[in-house]
Amino acid sequence: MGLSHDEYGLICDRLGRTPTPTELGMYAVMWSEHCGYKYSRPILAYFKRYKESLEKNSLENAGLVDIGDGLAVTMKVESHNHPSAVEPYQGAATGVGGILRDIFTMGARPIACLNSLRFGPIREGEASPETVARNRYLFEHVVAGIGGYGNCVGVPTVGGEVVFHPRYSGNPLVNAMAVGMMKIDEVTTAAAAGIGNPVLYLGSSTGKDGIHGATFASENLTEESEARRPNVQIGDPFAEKLLIEATLEALQTGAILAIQDMGAAGLTCSTIEMSAKGGVGMEIDLDLVPMRESDMTAEELMLSESQERMLCVAHPGREQEVLDIFHRWGLPAVVIGRVTSGDRVVARRHGVIEADVPAAHLANECPTYVNSPQEPERFQKDRSWSPDAWPDVSNGSEALMTLLASPTLASKRWVYQQFDQEVQTQTRVRPGAGDAAVLAPRGTQKGLALALDGNSRWVAADPLVGGQLVVCEAARNVACSGAKPVAVTDGLNFGSPQQPEIYWEFDQAVLGIARACEALQTPVISGNVSFYNESELGPIPPTPMIGMLGVLEDATRSLGLALGPVPTRLVLVGYKNSVRQQGLGASAYGSEVRQEEVGCPEAPQLEAELRLTHWLAEQAYLSRFTCAHDVSDGGLAFTLAEMAMPHQVGIEVDLSTTSLLSPDLSRRDAQLFGEFPGWVVVGLAADTNWDLLQESARSAGLHLIELGEARPNSNEFKIRSEGQEVIRLNLDEMCRQYEGSIPRCFV
Amino acid sequence: MKIAVVRFPGSNCDQDALWALRSDVGVAAEYVWHEATSLSGFDGVFLPGGFSYGDYLRCGAMAARAPLMSAVRDLAERGHPVIGACNGFQVLCEAGLLEGALLLNHSQKFVCRDVRLRPETQKGLWMESQSQVLRLPIAHGEGRYIADRENLSRLNGEGRVAFRYVDSAGDATEDANPNGSVENIAGIVNEAGNVLGLMPHPERATNARIGGTDGLVLLRAFSAMKV
Repeated sequence: MGLSHDEYGLICDRLGRTPTPTELGMYAVMWSEHCGYKYSRPILAYFKRYKESLEKNSLENAGLVDIGDGLAVTMKVESHNHPSAVEPYQGAATGVGGILRDIFTMGARPIACLNSLRFGPIREGEASPETVARNRYLFEHVVAGIGGYGNCVGVPTVGGEVVFHPRYSGNPLVNAMAVGMMKIDEVTTAAAAGIGNPVLYLGSSTGKDGIHGATFASENLTEESEARRPNVQIGDPFAEKLLIEATLEALQTGAILAIQDMGAAGLTCSTIEMSAKGGVGMEIDLDLVPMRESDMTAEELMLSESQERMLCVAHPGREQEVLDIFHRWGLPAVVIGRVTSGDRVVARRHGVIEADVPAAHLANECPTYVNSPQEPERFQKDRSWSPDAWPDVSNGSEALMTLLASPTLASKRWVYQQFDQEVQTQTRVRPGAGDAAVLAPRGTQKGLALALDGNSRWVAADPLVGGQLVVCEAARNVACSGAKPVAVTDGLNFGSPQQPEIYWEFDQAVLGIARACEALQTPVISGNVSFYNESELGPIPPTPMIGMLGVLEDATRSLGLALGPVPTRLVLVGYKNSVRQQGLGASAYGSEVRQEEVGCPEAPQLEAELRLTHWLAEQAYLSRFTCAHDVSDGGLAFTLAEMAMPHQVGIEVDLSTTSLLSPDLSRRDAQLFGEFPGWVVVGLAADTNWDLLQESARSAGLHLIELGEARPNSNEFKIRSEGQEVIRLNLDEMCRQYEGSIPRCFV
Repeated sequence: MKIAVVRFPGSNCDQDALWALRSDVGVAAEYVWHEATSLSGFDGVFLPGGFSYGDYLRCGAMAARAPLMSAVRDLAERGHPVIGACNGFQVLCEAGLLEGALLLNHSQKFVCRDVRLRPETQKGLWMESQSQVLRLPIAHGEGRYIADRENLSRLNGEGRVAFRYVDSAGDATEDANPNGSVENIAGIVNEAGNVLGLMPHPERATNARIGGTDGLVLLRAFSAMKV
């Protein structure tokens, strides 16, 4: 079940007897890594806000961002990697369902979903035919599962990312993020209170699905994992849609005192956590739980992860109001117990006490473990790597076409067209149209920019720098959309923390993320840790995903990334980098064109990144740009290509002067494809005063470099440097390559 | 004029429709629960998109038999305007208020994107001008319109095809057809012209703030329709 011998000893000591099978199951899930954060808790203390709120026992409020106008935003990422590896459609679908419940259980209406996905290669020749076929199957069905669930519940999927890499072949990653909005004074609590108050079970009936899902999530994937298929929950988005409406309506009555969703570990987790948070006990009669099969045991009922269920405590005498609302929405709802004094959660089945456990012990006293981190040997080698090992690029056009054809870098239209991006009619900038999605919520002038981003190439090469870079990139993404970055949620996906080198990766990456979040003034307000992402093929690369929220003072000032139908001056914005490896270490150019993953990414200057993001948001508000796009995977050439392709706008630029930003920039491949932190390309609005813009950039410590022009009547993509033409391509050709990359894998 | 926005369990464009009608079109609109039996006081009906009853059985099949649908039928028979968008179109077909059916998209996948629509009829005065091509979003898994030969020739002959999917040149090409609908049909009207069903979402394009106002033409005509 995943408990160690020592942990079993702790349980017996505390109970003063051996646990019943039901109790043992409850401990196993509550003390699993998924629920108990055994290995991660000590390291997550790097996150200041998490540490402080843990100490003050106020994690719930920590998850809220006050955006003004009396409104608050909440958001969270959750992984559903292991279920998706064995049952991709349901695994992904229930991942969406679970994270949505985390949002509306706080009293917020879910307004957007995003997702971050990782699979093994889907292109022929990049793995064995069987592996490629398997990867395609997983990718196709995960996407269908996310769509199948999100589309039906009526929450738009507005953004995300997909990356393909051989190290995810055995263990794909499926992280879903949900965002909710509410009136700030309507936030709910999960802390049970009021001795004698009724405890209500709300939502779908309980079946035998998903039993021990949380323990499954806390071990490595093996060949036997296929036998875990019955551990995967089955989702019903229709029930979830009814649950959202019924829950939000019931919360409006004021009859609900405390509420929590039944996620991982179902009834166990919700009864234990609500009791522990409130410092009270709970007595429940399992005979009253709506069941799909009448012969369910106490253990099955307590551990089932059947979806679309909530637990709440009602104010005394007001339970009927809640029950009535749920019944009107056609959902089961029943009183199953009472809040008690003391600290025990007691569950009866057929009149017999099957569990009688101290809530706080299960909820808060899961033993934590600190491993000794060990730096891997290759790390020093990567740090001292130099691009001198490579000849300079001979054909820039060919290299860019190779990058455009990479499924990781190519258009994700095939994916996001399967998602309803617009239901709720608040989506202003849709997937693919900007660096971040922008919502224009009703009831406020303000806009919300959302991005979910990760780059395991950078993090695998240098977890500390990589951790910082992914935060900076996510912040830059929302800033390029015109928003000021304000908060972060993270999805931390790693291998087994019991391996010293992986523990080192985790420690360094979290430290990097924490430092960057502090510097950028974007606190981590929530998050998820997923360990044991390992298979026979080895561990996945360290993959932290950063969900970033940005706020625009005026949603209508948002920016997309595409060049429009008028001639536009193109300008590079950035701060001065001193670069070690000319932006080529751990770059997309390295892995896709040179076919070599070596070197380290360039380190960002955190303080300059803060000035950059705030400056971008300010200039967007002043309508000085028509579009903005940050330089990331594939460097400047790739960024320009992505700006030119959507409306097929020709460009002619000269990169000779980019060396003003990086004095050591001597190579052509570095100029074109180097990945330099803090670089952003903007299109200037026709009436922008160049001198004023220069002046404000200078006072923010930033530099502007004129690159050239966008020409709507041309179909040519031309880049020059030092008097030579280094890239000349036709936009039709580029679009075919970029748009066709993923669809070509499915013909 | 007061419009009923019908809420079935699983409807998810009900709020969008209500907001679009009230705030952007400027007409009175109220939700009506699927279990209600009367539409007294209402002059028109909006059947919204979504997954009514979880799309169980067939899209729209259960909603077509909801208690409220007899009241919708009565109102339609008395000549009041009824519009069904997306799932609402599926419900109208299942209820027999419109001919034909909507099947799984040709691609077998859900598709969400903008399409261009060419108005084909003046029946019912949903579109004042037939020269204006509309740009509206679609978001559906089951939007492939089919009708048997007899119905199809009646629809064409009686001028009851309301919209076809077209390309940027205004032609109903195969490439412009997002779901494999027969003859690129995106929407149809009933014989009297007062009942319109279409797969695209006019309620998603009524405000420049969220990128588009082409839905306004249609919804304004809807709210101004004389009985």
